[in-house]
Amino acid sequence: MPESFFNEMYDAKGLRGPYRMLESWYQNMPAEFRALKQAEAEHLFRRYGITFAVYGEGGDPDRLIPFDMFPRVFAADEWRRLERGIKQRARALNAFLSDVYDRGEIIRAGRIPADLVYRNEAYEIAVAGFRPPLGVFSHIVGIDLVRTGRDQFYVLEDNCRTPSGVSYMLENREVMMRMFPHLFQENRVAPVDNYARMLKRTLASVAPAKCDRDPNVVLLTPGHFNSAYYEHSFLADLMGIELVEGQDLFVEGDFCWMRTTQGPRKVDVIYRRIDDAFLDPLCFRPDSALGVPGLMNVYRSGGVTICSAPGAGVADDKAIYTYVPEMIRFYLGEAPMLENVPTWQCAKPDDLKYVQENLAELVVKEVHGSGGYGMLVGPKSDKATIETFAAKLAENPSNYIAQPTLALSTCPTFVEEGIAPRHVDLRPYCLVGRDVELVPGGLTRVALTEGSLVVNSSQGGGVKDTWVIAEE
Amino acid sequence: MLSRTAANLFWMARFLERSETTARLLDLGFRNALMPNTGGGYRNEWSAILQSKGTLQNFTEKYGDLKQRNVESFLFFDQDNPSSVASCISAARENARIVRTALTSQVWDAINTSFQELRALSRRERSSLEVPELTDWTLRTSALIRGSIEATQLRNDGYRFMNLGYAVERADNTARLLDVKYYVLLPSVAYVGSGLDNYQWTTLLRALSAHRAYSWAYGGELSAAQIAHFLILNPKFPRSLLSCCLEVNEHLDHLSRIYDRSTPAQEIARKLLGELAEAKIEDVFDEGLHEFLTRMISENAGLGHCIHDQYLTGEAR
Amino acid sequence: MILTVLHKTCYEFATPVGGIIQSLRLTPARCEGQKIIDWSVDVPGAVMGALFRDGAGDYIQTVSLRNLTSTIEVTVSGTVETQDTAGVLRGYRERVPPRAYMRNTPRTEPNRAIRELFEDTLAGMETASALDRAHALASAVHKALPYIPGATHAHTTAAEAMNEGAGVCQDHTHVLIACAHLADLPARYVSGYLNATEDGTPHEASHAWAEVFIEGLGWVGFDASNETCPNEHYIRLGSGLDAQDAAPIRGLVLGGAEETMDVSVVIEAQQQ
Repeated sequence: MPESFFNEMYDAKGLRGPYRMLESWYQNMPAEFRALKQAEAEHLFRRYGITFAVYGEGGDPDRLIPFDMFPRVFAADEWRRLERGIKQRARALNAFLSDVYDRGEIIRAGRIPADLVYRNEAYEIAVAGFRPPLGVFSHIVGIDLVRTGRDQFYVLEDNCRTPSGVSYMLENREVMMRMFPHLFQENRVAPVDNYARMLKRTLASVAPAKCDRDPNVVLLTPGHFNSAYYEHSFLADLMGIELVEGQDLFVEGDFCWMRTTQGPRKVDVIYRRIDDAFLDPLCFRPDSALGVPGLMNVYRSGGVTICSAPGAGVADDKAIYTYVPEMIRFYLGEAPMLENVPTWQCAKPDDLKYVQENLAELVVKEVHGSGGYGMLVGPKSDKATIETFAAKLAENPSNYIAQPTLALSTCPTFVEEGIAPRHVDLRPYCLVGRDVELVPGGLTRVALTEGSLVVNSSQGGGVKDTWVIAEE
Repeated sequence: MLSRTAANLFWMARFLERSETTARLLDLGFRNALMPNTGGGYRNEWSAILQSKGTLQNFTEKYGDLKQRNVESFLFFDQDNPSSVASCISAARENARIVRTALTSQVWDAINTSFQELRALSRRERSSLEVPELTDWTLRTSALIRGSIEATQLRNDGYRFMNLGYAVERADNTARLLDVKYYVLLPSVAYVGSGLDNYQWTTLLRALSAHRAYSWAYGGELSAAQIAHFLILNPKFPRSLLSCCLEVNEHLDHLSRIYDRSTPAQEIARKLLGELAEAKIEDVFDEGLHEFLTRMISENAGLGHCIHDQYLTGEAR
Repeated sequence: MILTVLHKTCYEFATPVGGIIQSLRLTPARCEGQKIIDWSVDVPGAVMGALFRDGAGDYIQTVSLRNLTSTIEVTVSGTVETQDTAGVLRGYRERVPPRAYMRNTPRTEPNRAIRELFEDTLAGMETASALDRAHALASAVHKALPYIPGATHAHTTAAEAMNEGAGVCQDHTHVLIACAHLADLPARYVSGYLNATEDGTPHEASHAWAEVFIEGLGWVGFDASNETCPNEHYIRLGSGLDAQDAAPIRGLVLGGAEETMDVSVVIEAQQQ
């Protein structure tokens, strides 16, 4: 089976261009030196405080995500293609959101079933008819991609709400540059460190029309007990904006205010890292203490911008995913540049039948699941596991979708004995405001276990620095 | 700056200062207990120390008898005692963690390291830990953190709130320590001027790291009036009430300049400073030292509340 | 008909609270058969946000009071000219697609009893029009749940009310919404005021009913409690998925203390 996977460093013709300089680097690295560097990296991550708590697992809350020092590299022309495809997708997803909260043309045109959108839990009735500044709903679109061949990329899923992990993209680069400065002198690696500036610019560009000065942008976190708190404080610090909790904000009149040592200060843009349901107890869950009571009224009357917009989640639903190529054709009049993974909707009887007959070959996921939980990887599962899963599937088919098992590309990864190919994916972060832009890079996640295809950090995945070699 | 951030910095400093005071109290009790048994005996002295922290009931509920070993654990390690060194350092570290981006990496390192060392200490065999080692460690740690703050923090509003926390807490602690010695510790007035009395005063000065400073300033003779003067009205002694009050005023003045706005906090602080700067030690004794200290503790607490209302809720306009 | 409304909600707190924040849906909708002559919402001492219309067409307003207080009084008063539109909501501007009102909340989730009620009612009506089926369901709910004030409380769900076998307008509306959804008809909860029942007997003046979306007609109101469609005695305030979502007042007390709430609503038809 291994030979059927695309190896990003060594293909059938030998060493691939983008990795040219890395061959001698790892071959000339003595084992002790490598161990030393690995320890140094770990030390740096601990010092920066980059840790990750896994939901509901208990254990060490200060756990590190394993970092693999072997970079994942893209050539300039490869990246150019990807970049166009990612931006295209981010535009179409926003056009879709703008449309379904307005006239719903794509539904009237019969291109997407009405019930799939309007009956979707993530469709927020409270914001129907409201157009956020510039019509942008999803300001940070994280698109999970996998590669299966030299020119084959597939989109695994879209993340339109608040995709996480960007701090790893930035810190992985920081650590690599500190540890191996000469690598960056020899290779022309495009920088990613202006991400925070771009994000700040993006957020400021969607300030409400009522804001007539330099907008006050804040990052709203659920608090320091949240597993991603490090990322929240890291990003707020890099952007030079306040990191606030719900208790730091309050609503009065038509605006949202922040409690400061100089008294209340108006807030114009909220980059929120909490879910819709917790944003405002007067509009959504009444028991939520994480949000700001009255916030949705201020938002809907144009006093503050919330990023991503409440209701943006309807675009990244796994059932809607199937229709993204259709959105690209419908709104942009273009052919999709990135392919979707063929997907069977278990809600459809024909699809369900196919899935049930081919469980051993397929990957089956929960429609609303995330983090690699509750899924079945057919080819990696034993008979008993498949049978248990089949029973769950039969009980509630519409809760599942299925996809073929993709031959994820591999990238060399440091292991006990030296280097070995391990499967990787990629999450780039596309910013949508006045402009649509993304930094050359993203988060590469790697399945550290031999043969494993699950890259989620909650399931033993690690991360790598992701390089895009600049144009000659 | 966000009110919550200012509150975290303010309380971080208060907890750090409080951990130091608890360690100093522990030292005070430890040295007093080295004295031959007099009056109610050393147990009485430990009870006075716990009383000064308002934690006597807490202690007896958990441990019963006033065994020295237990008091030591209670004051240093016990997480159920909110003013134990361990509780204070954990609370300071938690406050610091929430506002990490407002701290320099040196300050965070110093606080985080002290927390890790504390965890290591608490894992050690208790019988291998003598009180002097614990108090030395606390004073050294607290000096390291304070030094990092002074050497590396930007002189912005955050720095002012940290220092306000330190000064408000320190004033409270000095007043309480002095009150313990004067009002609580001595078994009866008959002992005034006795060897026990002198021994206790020396111990108090030692616990405040002020023993030699006092000798230089007052020529070595111990008298209640001079010691009270030293701890209350001497602007040269960094823990005196006057010094603390000067510091509070300085930082509040900076805040009103940074924010271009004065609040009732500045008024209260100036009034308090006016009184302390003008006071003679005779006035203090005329009022009654205990009464005076009780009033100071309450006015200082009022100032703390006012700082909270004006800056830390974010609602004052 | 000219209806005058005086609606007072008074909150009293055992100990002073730090303030209150509320989202009010207390201004009548603008639609055919409902013309506002004058209307005011007043909360002494509070900061009032500007009135705006949400996507469902409701007028919404934020009210906040941010200092120590032991009583808060919300007073709504105004005059509305109404006409009978046979329950049909017309001339109403809204942006929410009707199919979005196919979802249930925990309050409208059907249980077995509701499913049976639905099946029994519509048995043999397979070819009947949507309107007829909605009428049939409303009557069935009316019969299934005798109107007994106090039988249920503010948080009772449709399923619980069915088990109880009795309810008030809120319960009738929840059960009717659940049934309509089973019949694949979009349905929603409407809160408002009622002057009197059809036969002229006075009635609890704050009221609730359901609206069901009928293809070709639009939204049509069904008051299962009174087995009728809303007419000129009704004033429509706003809608939502259930009683909580459509509540005229949704609020939060800051630094909560024990609270007693006193509500009085007086509606009168002016002599003409």
